[in-house]
Amino acid sequence: MSCQLAAGNILYENPLLRWVYDIAGTVAPCWAAYLAAGLAFMLLLVNGVLIGTAILTWAERRILARFANRIGPNRWGPFGLLQPLADLIKLLTKESLTPRSADRIVFNLAPILMLMPALLVVAVVPFARNIALADLSIGVLYVLAISSLTILAIFMAGWASQNRFALFGAARGVAVLISYEVPVVLSLLGVVMLAGSMSLNDIVAAQAVPFFLVQPLAFFVFFTGVSAELNRTPFDVAEGESEIVAGYHTEYSGIKFAIMQAAEFGGTITASAVIVSLFLAGWAGPLAGYLGWLWFLLKLGAVLFVFIWVRATFPRLRTDQIMAFSWKFLLSLALINLVATALEVYFLRGDSRTLTTVDLWVMAGINLALAAVAIGAFGRLNRAQVQRVRPPLPVLAPAGAPAGKAV
Amino acid sequence: MPFRTEPMTVNIGPQHPSTHGVFRLRVTFDGEVITEVEPVFGYLHRGTEKLAEERNYVQVVTLTDRLDYVSSMTNNQAYCIAVEKLLGVTPPLRAKYLRTLVAELQRIASHLIGVGFFLQELGTFGGTPLMYCFRSRERILDLFEMLCGARITVSYLRPGGVFSDAPADFWPALDAFMQVFPGELAELEQLVLENEILMVRTRGVSPLPLDVAVNCSVSGPVLRASGLAWDWRKEDPYDAYDQVRFEVPVGTNGDNYDRLWVRMQEVHQSLSIVRQCVAQIEPGPVRLDLPLVLRAEAGVEAYGRIESPRGELGFYLVSDGGISPYRCKIRSPSLLNLTVTEHLLVGWKLADMIVSLGSVDINMGEVDR
Repeated sequence: MSCQLAAGNILYENPLLRWVYDIAGTVAPCWAAYLAAGLAFMLLLVNGVLIGTAILTWAERRILARFANRIGPNRWGPFGLLQPLADLIKLLTKESLTPRSADRIVFNLAPILMLMPALLVVAVVPFARNIALADLSIGVLYVLAISSLTILAIFMAGWASQNRFALFGAARGVAVLISYEVPVVLSLLGVVMLAGSMSLNDIVAAQAVPFFLVQPLAFFVFFTGVSAELNRTPFDVAEGESEIVAGYHTEYSGIKFAIMQAAEFGGTITASAVIVSLFLAGWAGPLAGYLGWLWFLLKLGAVLFVFIWVRATFPRLRTDQIMAFSWKFLLSLALINLVATALEVYFLRGDSRTLTTVDLWVMAGINLALAAVAIGAFGRLNRAQVQRVRPPLPVLAPAGAPAGKAV
Repeated sequence: MPFRTEPMTVNIGPQHPSTHGVFRLRVTFDGEVITEVEPVFGYLHRGTEKLAEERNYVQVVTLTDRLDYVSSMTNNQAYCIAVEKLLGVTPPLRAKYLRTLVAELQRIASHLIGVGFFLQELGTFGGTPLMYCFRSRERILDLFEMLCGARITVSYLRPGGVFSDAPADFWPALDAFMQVFPGELAELEQLVLENEILMVRTRGVSPLPLDVAVNCSVSGPVLRASGLAWDWRKEDPYDAYDQVRFEVPVGTNGDNYDRLWVRMQEVHQSLSIVRQCVAQIEPGPVRLDLPLVLRAEAGVEAYGRIESPRGELGFYLVSDGGISPYRCKIRSPSLLNLTVTEHLLVGWKLADMIVSLGSVDINMGEVDR
């Protein structure tokens, strides 16, 4: 038919979507065809994230179990892979309670609102060459703005529950999320400066050298900040199960609880996808034209594994310590990184106003040294009050024959 | 303009993930800071002391298993020592060594539980350190199973000795445990003891001054963490403790870290004691030839005390000449260690509260009896 897309449009660049568009274009007006192609991709994305969430719950339980000398779920399906399905069926068939004293509307709205940011953020993530729902020119800004919506949902859930543990969780969650917005935003400015664009597609394309090497400080700050925003250990005060039962979702049960869990794990997946795009060169890799999605998934898996690894290892910080960590440590690092990157970009890019691969490697060298110094120095400042462990008391040697003498 | 806040009273427990059984704290918070705390207990009261008056002296051993259910061996030990004092008998030497050996194994197992749940309360969600602790504890429970067929409620000790001699394959199994365990312990210590987050969460948090600790009759690792080397194994040696050499680890600040550290060090000392027992033990009888139904003289009283993993555990028995104790009073360390709750918790935050409570390592079976 006569429907034609502009060559730069991301739907046009993607063969699958163009095919949907062309087919739909033969029977419907052009705007409807455009809508159909977009909706088809959205369907794929939303289901992809939700299935990924299910797989992540399984993977996290399995991996945590292996860290802790356990086996983990292995009953249903090969390696227990169908366990998330069983969990879902269980949660769906449970009664979905709303406490009598709770604010009904807000209480029921909160899980949905919590899931939305996780699904919205993936819209701008490029999964492979020309595979992204939208190539927004303000991609980074969009990601930051949407992901901070989670605060609202957490506070709604905690406040509307009329439960004191939930209120504790909500208050803690909001305090932590607001503190960590600042260093996270500042850390991304360096990346944006390097790429010269806020579009995630452009940022991936600009990573001739992956930005976690060029921007190690920003990577560290962003990774830590995102862990805090996602309520991951060691920053999981908002739902610290040993302290405030389950935090803001104490009162949630049944399908609402399932949605909240999906939001949490979905948030982890999308945040990891953003980390992969911003710092690990996205889908770039050998044969990226064909295997871009594979590289993306591998890197995504690696980032998720690090999240799980951290969870299996570290105890939880106290809320005030988390705030101090953000304001005293991460914010300083983010500012150092911002100034250093600005100076480097100003002096290195020259008249062509672009950065070559050599420039990036030079910056990587400078920034890695800077990161080591900065983290070391600020770490030392912050741990001044922590003494070293005293040496253990001597263990006296047994007086008689060696152990294990059969009598 | 000052920001006005309202105090908020929260019931922590009796159903809560980290109250060590059915324990309830009525806590008043100002924000997250604790201003008042009132421990409420009694949910697990089973009337052990009264039940003991209805059973003969040997049957009571099974009741003591259920007091502090993570260290049954030492409960047995305290009761048996009390009965032996009441009867005026001394168990054979081999039985004394066996008792010392199992008591120290039990101390290791109990401290592993204490440390493991303490770390769990610090928020190691995956339960990695807890599972490390349980892995080693399982080995000890397997050893107990070889000794008496039970793992938790062992009833291995009897007035006048132990239930039966260790089977022949117990000693190689113990040897295998002694080979494996130090490595597992090192793994655990490597994971937690120098962890920066653990340090900032526990160092200087909820310190217990020594004078408060002494005035509150606190005993065990909690007292020693506050700086007093007070250990009944040293002060009033029972069983074979006068035959073995060990040191009493002492803390300095009495904070959460010191309590954790003292427990970890006591595990090392216990290992050393087990080694010495294995080296010194000689063949011989393990149980006195006492009548099936024991009777003490009328009007005799006896107080048997030991250093249980949680502190001074004492049984005060009064006889009226009958086949069961006229009165059986249990001095349980967990209950008396709870008396410092207010000193430990007021002024600290909610997150510290759970951790400090875990560092005292109470056991509700023993508190409520």
